[in-house]
This record gives sequence, C-alpha cells and structure tokens, in this order.
Amino acid sequence: MSEYKMHILVCGGPGCSASKSEQIAANLRSHLQQEGLEKEVNVVLTGCFGFCEAGPIIKIMPDNVFYVKVQPEDAKEIVQEHIIKGRMVERLLYTEPSNGKKTPLDTDTDFYKKQVRIALRNCGIIDPENIEEYIALDGYKALATCLTEYTPEKVIEIVSASGLSGRGGAGFPTGRKWAATAKSKAEQKYIVCNADEGDPGAFMDRSILEGDPHSVLEAMAIAGYAVGADKGLIYIRAEYPLAIHRLQIALDQARDRGLLGKDIFSTGFNFDIELRYGAGAFVCGEATALIHSMEGLRGEPTMKPPRTSDKGYLGMPTNVNNVETYANVPAIILKGADWFSSIGTENSKGTKVFALAGQIKNVGLIEVPMGITLREIIYEIGGGMNGGKKFKAIQTGGPSGGCLTEKHLDIPIDYKSLSDAGSMMGSGGMVIMDESSCMVSIAKFYLDFTVEESCGKCTPCRIGNKRLYELLDKITQGKGTMEDLDNLRNLSHVIKDTSLCGLGQSSPNPVLSTLDNFWDEYVEHVKEHKCRAGVCKALMKYEINPEVCVGCTACARNCPVNAIKGEKKQAHQINQEACIKCGTCMEKCKFGAISIK
Amino acid sequence: MEQLVNLTIDNKQVQVAKGTTILKAAASIGIKIPTLCYYELKGQGIENKPGCCRVCMVEVEGKGNLAPACATNVSEGMVVKTHSLKVVNARRTVVELMLSDHPASCLTCAKSGKCELQTLAQELGIRDITFKGEQSTYRKDLSPAIIRDVNKCIMCRRCETVCNKLQTVGALSAVNRGFMAVVATAFEQDLAKSPCVMCGQCVQACPVGALAEVDHTRQVINALNDPKKTVVVQTAPAVRVAIGEEFGLTPGTRVTGKMAAALRRIGFDYVFDTDFAADLTIMEEGTEMLGRIDKFLKGDKSVKLPIMTSCCPGWVNFFETYYPDMLDIPSTAKSPMQMFGAVAKSYWVEKLGIKREDMVVVSIMPCVAKKFECQRDEFKTDGNPDVDYSLTTRELAELIKQFNIDFNSLPDEDFDNPLGASTGAGVIFGATGGVIEAATRTAYELFTGKTLEKVDFNELRGMDGVREATVDFNGTPIHIGIAHGLGNARKLLDKVKEGKEFFHAIEVMACPGGCVGGAGQPYHHGDFSKVERRFSAIYEEDKEKPLRKSHENPYIQQLYKEFLGEPCGEKSHHLLHTHYFDKSDKVEFVKE
Repeated sequence: MSEYKMHILVCGGPGCSASKSEQIAANLRSHLQQEGLEKEVNVVLTGCFGFCEAGPIIKIMPDNVFYVKVQPEDAKEIVQEHIIKGRMVERLLYTEPSNGKKTPLDTDTDFYKKQVRIALRNCGIIDPENIEEYIALDGYKALATCLTEYTPEKVIEIVSASGLSGRGGAGFPTGRKWAATAKSKAEQKYIVCNADEGDPGAFMDRSILEGDPHSVLEAMAIAGYAVGADKGLIYIRAEYPLAIHRLQIALDQARDRGLLGKDIFSTGFNFDIELRYGAGAFVCGEATALIHSMEGLRGEPTMKPPRTSDKGYLGMPTNVNNVETYANVPAIILKGADWFSSIGTENSKGTKVFALAGQIKNVGLIEVPMGITLREIIYEIGGGMNGGKKFKAIQTGGPSGGCLTEKHLDIPIDYKSLSDAGSMMGSGGMVIMDESSCMVSIAKFYLDFTVEESCGKCTPCRIGNKRLYELLDKITQGKGTMEDLDNLRNLSHVIKDTSLCGLGQSSPNPVLSTLDNFWDEYVEHVKEHKCRAGVCKALMKYEINPEVCVGCTACARNCPVNAIKGEKKQAHQINQEACIKCGTCMEKCKFGAISIK
Repeated sequence: MEQLVNLTIDNKQVQVAKGTTILKAAASIGIKIPTLCYYELKGQGIENKPGCCRVCMVEVEGKGNLAPACATNVSEGMVVKTHSLKVVNARRTVVELMLSDHPASCLTCAKSGKCELQTLAQELGIRDITFKGEQSTYRKDLSPAIIRDVNKCIMCRRCETVCNKLQTVGALSAVNRGFMAVVATAFEQDLAKSPCVMCGQCVQACPVGALAEVDHTRQVINALNDPKKTVVVQTAPAVRVAIGEEFGLTPGTRVTGKMAAALRRIGFDYVFDTDFAADLTIMEEGTEMLGRIDKFLKGDKSVKLPIMTSCCPGWVNFFETYYPDMLDIPSTAKSPMQMFGAVAKSYWVEKLGIKREDMVVVSIMPCVAKKFECQRDEFKTDGNPDVDYSLTTRELAELIKQFNIDFNSLPDEDFDNPLGASTGAGVIFGATGGVIEAATRTAYELFTGKTLEKVDFNELRGMDGVREATVDFNGTPIHIGIAHGLGNARKLLDKVKEGKEFFHAIEVMACPGGCVGGAGQPYHHGDFSKVERRFSAIYEEDKEKPLRKSHENPYIQQLYKEFLGEPCGEKSHHLLHTHYFDKSDKVEFVKE
C-alpha cells in the first residue's frame, strides 16, 4: 500500500455500480497505465460512500477531493488534469445547493457535515477485498485487545456500558443479549449475524458487508469470545451476491492470517464463520424464523420463550445480532464505552444508519447520531424537498413503521421517541414524501408488502393483513364507507395484539399512523371520492374545458382507448366510462385545456 | 420436589406446577379457554402447540400484547384474564378472519356437526363476517382413502404434527407463504403419489373438513338397493367399543349386539364379523410364525426373524415405503378384513350357490387406510375386489342415522353364522398388543403341545408406544416387540435393522392405541382418554367370551375341514396370503 503515492477511491456501492462505476475504475486504470503511472496511483473500488444522489462518486487521496456524477469518459481528464497536472477538475466538483459553491472536500458538504460515521467508518475508504487496508485502519485490533487484555465478562461489560442496542429494528440492548447467551450453559454456542435485510429500499447492511466486511467478522469473533462460542454463522440473502463474494474473500483472508480459525493470537481462542444463504423472505429477519431457516426448516417464527439465547440454532444458545450492530462493536472496544455513550440521547446511544429515499434532493445512505431531528435529516443532510414541493410525510421503520408528519419533525429521534410518535426506528428505512403521495395508497403499498411477506403461520397476520389490504384497496377505489374506517382501525389493533411475531405485531403501523395523522385524507376518499394527491386513479377524472379547447383533435388521436370524441375545431369531450386515466390526453394538449378533477 | 407457581386467573387463585401452561392452569380450576390449533395425544408424547390459530389468546397483566394460553407458561404472580373485553373482541375477530377465508359449505361438509371451527363460531356468536374478501383456492386432491379439500385448511398444523412427529411419514407440511400458506404435500403433488401411508391420523386430527375420508356410503346404499346383489357386511373389533359415542354413549361402551342389529335393519343380507377372520389370521400367521421360529431355533440360517404382523394397512404401506429392504420379514398373511373377503367370495359364495360378482362385501372399519387396502390390485380377482367397500365407524354411524334407527333402544342381536363367530383372541385385535397376544395364545399351545392355563398376557398389554416382553414357551423364551404409532414403529424397526436388538416377533399398529385409536373412529378431538376407554372395553369383551383362543373357534375348524385344508396349506396360501411391493420411489421423489 505504501508504494503508491495516490489513491483514487471509486465508489462500488449498489447505486454507483449500477451507474458504471466499475467501468470508471477500469478506464482510470487504463489511462494511468498509458501514462505509466500504474505503480504510482492506485485505483480502489470501495464500498458505498452513501451519497448516492451524486453518484457515481470518486475520491482522490491524499488530496481529499471528491468528484460527483463521474462518467467513464471522464477518466482521461481526471488522470490528465488532476493526477498529472495537479489541477482539480472543476466541472466534476460538487456544488452545494444551499450556497452554490464548489465543494471539493466531502466533509464540508451539508450531506456529510452532520453525519457521524461509526458503523460506516471504513465504507468508501478501504478496499473491501483487501484485509491489509482494514488492518491498516486498526482492523482486528479490537479483537486482539479483547483476547489478550479483557476477560469475556469485561467485554460484555464494555458493550453493555456503551448502551449499544440492536440495529435490526427492535432495539434490544446488545450487552444484555450477550450476557444472556454467556449465561446459558451448553456444549456448543453460536454467534449468528442477521444479514437478512428485507425492508423495501433499505441497503444499510448490504453496504456495510460490501464496503467493510471485516468489521462484522471481527465483531462476531469478539462476541464469540464474550459468550463462549467458537462458531459463527452469517445468514445472508442470496440476492446479495456482491456482499457474499466479498464476505467469502474476507473470510479466506482472515483465515489465512490466522484471525479466524484455531488459536487466534495464540490465545487458545478458536472461532470460525460460515455463510448461510436465505431465499429472501422478509420474515426470516425475525430471529427464530432465521434460525429455523438455517436449520433447513420452514422459515417461520416460533413462540418466545425460549429465547434464542437459551435455545437457538440446533437447540443451542445462540446470539443473534444484526450487521450494523456488529459493525459498531470494534469501534466501541477500541474507543471505549464512554466515547460511544457520549453520542446520542438518554435512552439511545451511538448512531444509526438510514437509507434515505423519496422526494428529497439528496438520497443515499447516511449515518447520524441518535437525537438528530427529522428536520435536520430532511432539510440539511437531505438538502430539502425535491422540486420545491411541500413536505407531507416521512415514513420510518419500513413496513413495520409508520408515517410521521410536519409536527413530528423536531423530535430528537431515538427508539423511544419514534415509537411514541407511532412509528419505529426499524432497521433504517426512511422515505420522505411530498404532496404527490396519497397516504391511503402508501398504507396500501406497505400492506401489499406485508401480505406477500407474511409467513402465513398465524391467523391475524395471514388473513388479517390481507383484509386490511382489501379495505385500503376498497377505499382507494372510492368504494369505502365510514364503517370501513372503523373496521380498519379495529382490525389493525387486533392484528397487533394477537400476531405471533414482530412482523404481524407491527404490520398495521402504516395503517394506524396514517389513520391518526392523515384522517382527513381517508375521509376525503370515502365521502368526497377524492384523492388530493391525484394518485388513486379510480377517483380521478380528466376533463376538457370547452372554453379553452380549440378542437385540434390531438387528444382524441392519441387516446389509446378512443375515449375522446369531438368534431374538428369544436370542443372535445371525454367519455368517462371508457377513460383509463392514462393521462396521455393531458400530456398531448398544447392548450392546457385538460385538467384532473 | 416440584416447584409450584401461584397465579390468578379470572380473579381465582390457582397453584400449579412450574412449566404448566395458562391453558392447563385454567382448566385445572374449570375455566375453559377455547382452542383450535392445540392438539394433544396425552401419554403418546404428541402435543401440537404452534400457537398459530390465536384463538386461545388471553390478557396477561403487564403485557402489551395478548398471549396464547396454550403456549405460554405460567409465572409467579401472573394475573390472567381469559375473557376480558379485549380478549373477546380479539378472539371473535380472529375467528371471523378464519371464517372469511373458509368456504361456508357446511351443508355438505364431512365434518359438519363435528367441526371445531363451526362449534367455535357458534360459541362466539358469530352471525356475520365483518371482514369479507378474497378466499384462497386450491385444487381438491382425491386419493383412494383421503380427500384433501385444502380450501378449508385453517393452518392449525395438527395434521402436520401427527404426520411428521407421531407417524414420521412426512407427507404433509406447510407450503407457500402469506395468504396462500397452506398444509400440503411436497410440490403439492397428489397425496396418492406422496409418501402418505393413508393411516388417516391427519383426518382424525383435522379440526375442520380439510381432511376427510372418502365417503363410500352412497355406493353401499346402491348395492343394498340392487336386488341381484347379496350384500355381506363384516365389522372390525374396534368398531363395537367406539360407535356408541356417535349416539351419545360413554366412550368404551360395548354395543356389539346393537351394532349387529342396526346392520340387519339397514338391510345387509348377512351380518358377519371380522373377528372371525381375525381368528383365521391367527391360524395362518401363527402357523407361519411358529414355522419360522421353529426353523430358526433349529439353526436354519435362511430364516429371517422377527416375523412382523401385517394386519394394519397403514403399517403395510409404511414398510413398503420406508423399509423396502425388509419386505421379506413381515408375515405374508393378509389382514383379517382381506381374509374375510377372500373367504366370503370363495367359500361363502360356493355355499350360497351364487356367482362371485353377485356378492358385495362391505367392511366396517375403525380405519381410513382400509379403504386403500381393499382397492389394492392384488386383492382382486378379474378386477372384482374381495372387499368391495370399506366404511369407517363414522360412516356406519351416519348410515344408522340416515335409516332413522334408534340405536340406543335396539335389542342385542347375534352375528350370523358361520362367518360371524369368534373367540376373545379375535376381539383383542382391536387394541395395541392384541394381535401378538392372540397369536401367542395359539402359538403357545401349538409349540408346547400343552394347554395354556393363563390366557391373559398382561406383559403384552399397555399404552406405552414401544413395548418389549419375553414370553416363556415352556422353557423357550420368545422375545416380542410391540409398537403403535408409526413413529414408534420406526424406532423399533431401526433397532432391529441396526442389529441392536433381537425379536422373534413384532406387532405394529399404525394408529396410537391400535385400532381403537384408528383414524376412522369417532373424532376424539384430542381427548385421548376416549381411546384409552375403548382400549379397556376391548379386553372386557375378550374376558366375557366363552372361547379365547383362535384355534378353538369351531367354525374356523369347520372352515379348514370343509374348504381350506390346513393352515398355510396350498389353498390358504392362494387365498389368505399376499406379497409386498417396494414403494420407496415415493420418498426418493421427494428427496430429489
């Protein structure tokens, strides 16, 4: 590593990869070679930088300059100008929308300024396929410290004192979980990493595994030492082939260097990790379902107790934590519990990674300290609403979470405040919506997901969610009644009260939170047959204003179902029965004669 | 000492052992919490409590969500409300949800009147379903013995538990996800092509009409209506101690005479008894067993032991499917039902001077698999089956009701002769251990040449899943193994296969308790004490019989003299013995 004078870090995260970042890296390498600089300048394909909106991103070190929206054809100019002549490529620099200034240093941008990166500390910095780079940034030092300086009890004490809690959704204190597994007596114990990330649009765990796989492996070994387990399993969905690929490389490299396997650091501690592939069922993120899936059984949850810390994989005590939770552990060990617990709020410590999506300017992956407000996330990190539209709602916690509104924007976010507000932290999905979102349809969207992803084991989740979906669908069709709204609420509460696992216990949250926060919108759908966002097609009506229509026939000619009739140079009319509300007529009308009613 | 826990249920104090569920704690003080998916075969180590139907939900103070009483253990100081407003609303909603995805075809459903969902809906006063919507639909699967009407499946998993844990057959498990989740065979293939052994314990366990026996009462009525046909009926031993339950009698009430009277009133031309054929089976199987043991004791290495009983069709299917390498071990003797059919359609048609085709043999069985057995090709002559139709105990009860017969006030009548006479040995075929005890009674006398004074072999009786006993044949110890429930049979067989244990003879019955716990018996809804009472009744019946050893049955002796010749002779071999087939491809298919 030391022989290179410069490093070009190319984001290899999911978004940038899709925008040809691998081609950018290849082009950079070939131009460097043409210039004979391949020994001087190293091109590294890293994990996700997070700033997906501006992708593909590259960063040049040690100059600390980052370029955005880079195209493969920009490679030559970057090499010629920046690398050879030492001049920044101005046009590829990021322009801060708030002040219009070119910002070469990423940490100066609004997007990164308020972020605190612990779990993502190495993502976008190191080559995830090279263990040397991880080690160079104190990788495996935490494991060495634990094995050589701390007793298992001490490790659990540190993790407990740090206040770290489960990042997969429920927020159970990690130290307590470790302590419970440590307390269970058994011949064999297991450490499981839950990498079955399933929330729609979420890619926190994927980014960590793709960008910094060793941090998870190291943490699992630390957990193994703390609870007395010598075997680890990573349950990862097969839809994450790149993460699997990098994990396999990381496992091989760690074993090669004796950081996994027998007698690690000559301390007599043994630990190794196996990968287990899931078929992508959302419910397999639930610990008992995950374990059954690993055992080759149907991926469905069972009643707790027994907790997995007593009876988990193959009936043995098993500690199950999520990827992001593990990624925090090495940093906590190295920097101490006090450092970690100084970040965050009274009851939620540290940071949380969110996948920011929706109608805001800067979508991407962010890591923020607990206690930050939703307003800061949306308007500072997120750069505000897209297209100058008005903020309407923010959905957190994925299908298990709820929709919050303007009035919730200033609450400092942590596990408790989000759940008090009727949503939840969840695993980190965050979708921002503007006025173009219909909240009934949003609730319907999430229920559609839950209906698909329910395992079908318990009655309320299997049938109840389906009925919730059908009620919501009926409302979006303009066929709902006020009684349906009552039924929607009653059924939601019953599903929450009676479902077997967390999936069903939280699946009505999108319905309840929208009923609470957007009641008027529901009533409009029911009583006025109106969808103010113009999303529910059944409630929309395209109309031609006869005063404005000049009879050009463009609408009629383009209507795919011949629903528009009218003589030339005479006002046209839409047959509402036949209209399929595709909007083509409105698009084709040059005179603005067509509007939605 | 057992640790005790104090708790309050519906304002009543109760003290129960640690580890007790709320459901059982409540039951101990007379509080009934409705259940649906919960199913226990007490004493057989089978408990289905996936906690999935969410009917038994109760409120536990301090807990946000409701808790399933069947799967939640009590804890010290717990305060439980089993019928609070929240609970009643939730319970009712959950059952309504179930009904919203359940065909309301109660009028023609096999389980109507016995359906636990129907009862529950009535108990909860559900008159309308608030949440109507799409219903899941699946194809109906018709096998020779069992109908799967999966539209009615409520995912209680009771069938899955009995199929996998009790029987270790592994034909049924949950498939699909979400709303389409349902219990089915692997790849949703036909049950007949799956490793299913047709034991029917899933039918017995299913609380609704998703699994039921194939109904053959219509065919039987048609046969009775046909003036050209002579219709002969035979009744298995376990039916007489169970059918009374269908008419409100206590489980274990013996109604042999009333049953014979009812069959006569329905219009059967001859009312015979499978017990007669059970005695015949002992003559054949006992002789075969003695022959094999005798040769073995004389050092003949070509003889394979143990000899295994072969009267249970679920068991026959099981070893054909799972132990294809052991097909030479079971006795070649046909089951009593099939022996009866073979004798009726040879000896008895000859006596009556009618053609085989003009006789219809109906059997009344405690069994679902018998429907399959009587349709096996090897039990047909030129396409004409030895036994035409096999009805379950439940189907007979339905027939009796259809014919408006006041069962309980019927006089006791006798079976017709000659195929209706039996000994106590024939009767005990209906309980686990009974076949081997009956065989022992005869084999002892034949082997030792002495009279057996003590006919009751208590060491062979009982309800333990796997039992072993050594019987003293006048100085020669004969080691006997007994299993009921196919999971227990598998345990026993694996021991034999691995050479861990040696037996001279083994009896296996597929259903727990033997035929008294058969899948065709009145539904016990998880109250296994009913099966235990039928079990006791079988031995009471045996005790009251004047003759208790099969070889003493005068009509059996007459049959050999007039028709068959000698046990295991040429004619017997042709009529009363069978062979087995390798059906392991059914399992291989699933494995692939």
